[in-house]
Amino acid sequence: MPTEILMPALSPTMEEGNLAKWLKKEGDAVAPGDVIAEIETDKATMEVEAIDEGKIGRILIGEGTEGVKVNTPIALLLADGESEEDLSKAPVSAPPAAAQAPAEEPAAQKVEETPKPAAVPKAEAPALPADPDIPEGTEMVPTTVREALRDAMAEEMRRDEDVFVMGEEVAEYQGAYKVTQGLLQEFGDKRVVDTPITEHGFAGVGIGAAFAGLKPIVEFMTFNFAMQAMDQLVNSAAKTLYMAGGQMGAPIVFRGPNGAAARVAAQHSQDYAAWYGHIPGLKVVMPYTAADAKGLLKAAIRDPNPVIFLENEILYGQTFDVPQLDDFVLPIGKARIHKAGKDATIVSFGIGMTYAVKAEEELRGMGLDVEIIDLRTIRPMDLDTVIESVKKTNRLVTVEEGFPQSSVGDHIAAQVMQRAFDYLDAPVITVAGKDVPMPYAANLEKLALPSVAEVVEAVKAVTYRG
Amino acid sequence: MATAARKTAPKPSSAKSRSPAKPSSTAGGTPAVRTPKPEEFKQEQELSAYRDMLLIRRFEEKAGQLYGMGLIGGFCHLYIGQEAVVVGMQMALKEGDQVITGYRDHGHMLATGMDPRGVMAELTGRRGGYSKGKGGSMHMFSKEKNFYGGHGIVGAQVPLGTGLALANRYRGNDSVSLTYFGDGAANQGQVYESFNMASLWKLPVVYVIENNRYAMGTSVSRSSAETDFSHRGLSFKIPGIQVDGMDVRAVKAAGDLAVDWCRSGKGPIILEMQTYRYRGHSMSDPAKYRSKDEVQKMRSEHDPIEQVKKRLLDKKWASEDDLKAEDKRVREIVADAADFAQADPEPDVSELYTDILL
Repeated sequence: MPTEILMPALSPTMEEGNLAKWLKKEGDAVAPGDVIAEIETDKATMEVEAIDEGKIGRILIGEGTEGVKVNTPIALLLADGESEEDLSKAPVSAPPAAAQAPAEEPAAQKVEETPKPAAVPKAEAPALPADPDIPEGTEMVPTTVREALRDAMAEEMRRDEDVFVMGEEVAEYQGAYKVTQGLLQEFGDKRVVDTPITEHGFAGVGIGAAFAGLKPIVEFMTFNFAMQAMDQLVNSAAKTLYMAGGQMGAPIVFRGPNGAAARVAAQHSQDYAAWYGHIPGLKVVMPYTAADAKGLLKAAIRDPNPVIFLENEILYGQTFDVPQLDDFVLPIGKARIHKAGKDATIVSFGIGMTYAVKAEEELRGMGLDVEIIDLRTIRPMDLDTVIESVKKTNRLVTVEEGFPQSSVGDHIAAQVMQRAFDYLDAPVITVAGKDVPMPYAANLEKLALPSVAEVVEAVKAVTYRG
Repeated sequence: MATAARKTAPKPSSAKSRSPAKPSSTAGGTPAVRTPKPEEFKQEQELSAYRDMLLIRRFEEKAGQLYGMGLIGGFCHLYIGQEAVVVGMQMALKEGDQVITGYRDHGHMLATGMDPRGVMAELTGRRGGYSKGKGGSMHMFSKEKNFYGGHGIVGAQVPLGTGLALANRYRGNDSVSLTYFGDGAANQGQVYESFNMASLWKLPVVYVIENNRYAMGTSVSRSSAETDFSHRGLSFKIPGIQVDGMDVRAVKAAGDLAVDWCRSGKGPIILEMQTYRYRGHSMSDPAKYRSKDEVQKMRSEHDPIEQVKKRLLDKKWASEDDLKAEDKRVREIVADAADFAQADPEPDVSELYTDILL
């Protein structure tokens, strides 16, 4: 039976085209790859190549015909041994859609079966374990965030040979911010690797090693420099598991200081919580205390997914109690109620917590009992804990240093509005950095960041304490 | 000995006649490597190369056809014309070696032995595809076959492939990472960041630059200040050679050399495969940036499959009928893959939310 040559789709969006020219006529022999016709689309004139060997038996759509629908038979091809007589056997009358039927069938089924948007299956929220119990009598050791991070890496490197650290100045220099201090001495230069200044490159190298099953910890000297590597983080690390249908992913941690330090101006002072929080396929952790830094970094290193671990230079030197336990691991994705209260809820994370904590002290003096939630993880976000708190206090203030538009606070406010609208007694106030690049001048820098006073004012506003 | 060596050392002109490419420069202490002579294939090697290249050719023709029918959506970059590169390189690999490439990836997948059904079903976005229909033409992976994708951002696979090599060295095995990219990607900054680290750390990675002469629609001479891509590693002391990428025997010989180079701990090496793509950059490319004569000349004078076919016939290692039968077998495999890819259902809607995190 003669083969139908169909009007081809020549671009992702083409539905019809003009048959501009036939380059073969009836009776001509064609081989695969021979150009047989030219088709005009709205974008270009394209050549149609023969796919099978044979002889053009009949041209069905004449030269110059406009608006020929994709998949319309345009000619009949006779195979070796077939003759003109066979042309009558061709199913010319068959609707052009016949060839497309296999594609349309499932699509049509889909129309019927696809549930309404509201019923599209939701990602199941995994049940998270609570923070581990700290047995009574456990010694609490005052530890800086810097030491806690180093201890977490060292413990995980002792535990798993596949864990290694790479980044700028992590080895011989002992870390640009001394977070990797001592690791080279204990683990050697195979597992503590100094890289050239080449963020895009070494981020990709780390991800490739993770594809192969290693568990790299990639340190960015600061996350400002990770902008160079953004494509690798988002397109390679975050999306591969999905694009591979679950076959292959990247068990990798990207960590380093994030956000404003002090007087380093616009290019070195940016908070990326909202940026990475936007990306499905990443986990994003941003701890405040040393205990959380340790427990969550250990969890991040063990996590089979890419984890963005946002630290803060100003917090590195701050001291918190860390429980002295052999293996202190905290759950990623679980907020921590830093202080319980009933009059209003402040949600913050990372260095934002420093404003929240000081504001709460002031507000306590004014007779307000404020609850503070430390989000700890930006993605997946523990909105349940936030919503439960809002149901109790009916008032919400979010605090972060990042830019205000599309901030983490904006997302929380929208979710609380959708899920707990009836519980709100005041509009949510989002305290964030100002909508300006970070200035260098000391006074302007101070103004560009949130302040304790702003947080206090916000809580007074949502509790109507003018 | 020294005198003898001088006597037998080939003059530049005879070196040229021996190999199609210049030996690599030794500037800046980069080790000198010469393009090896095409390997003399045995009968079974020729037959197997013929079969493997033909499978890719027919598969891609069918993919083009299914695209035309609207069964494959989005972007679809065909490999027709470049078949000798992946088939020859694959002949040089052993179990455990890894392969990674960009988005013109169907040929690489078939060469690593991935199932044509699974590849075609991914092209049609069906559940039986390698990525359950969630990756498409540009994104497929196979742990089993050590194929690491399938990457859509030009050049991004180069650091990733370098990372695979880092993992090999870390584990102390002798596997080699074969990292493919095109002449277009060769102008991306991350490629040179990777070259630097690979050479600094002596990583076992073969950078295979598939120079098909056009980065989408921009010819090499219009996009590249240095059009000899085998020299692109000189600043990093990475040797490179130019290889006739239309001759599967030349590719195999260069592949053997490069893979041995890496396995013996000498670090990375660059192979510039001089090849040609017959089709447009993607399905919607009318390819107006080159003449029909240029394409026709390549097809008629340098086609990788026709070269093997001619040798098989000349040496009487196969008859026309044998090759026709081979062609029929290949067509059947491809037809079966196409049937499967059309009959297989789309992914279940529940797949929307799976495989985002483990």
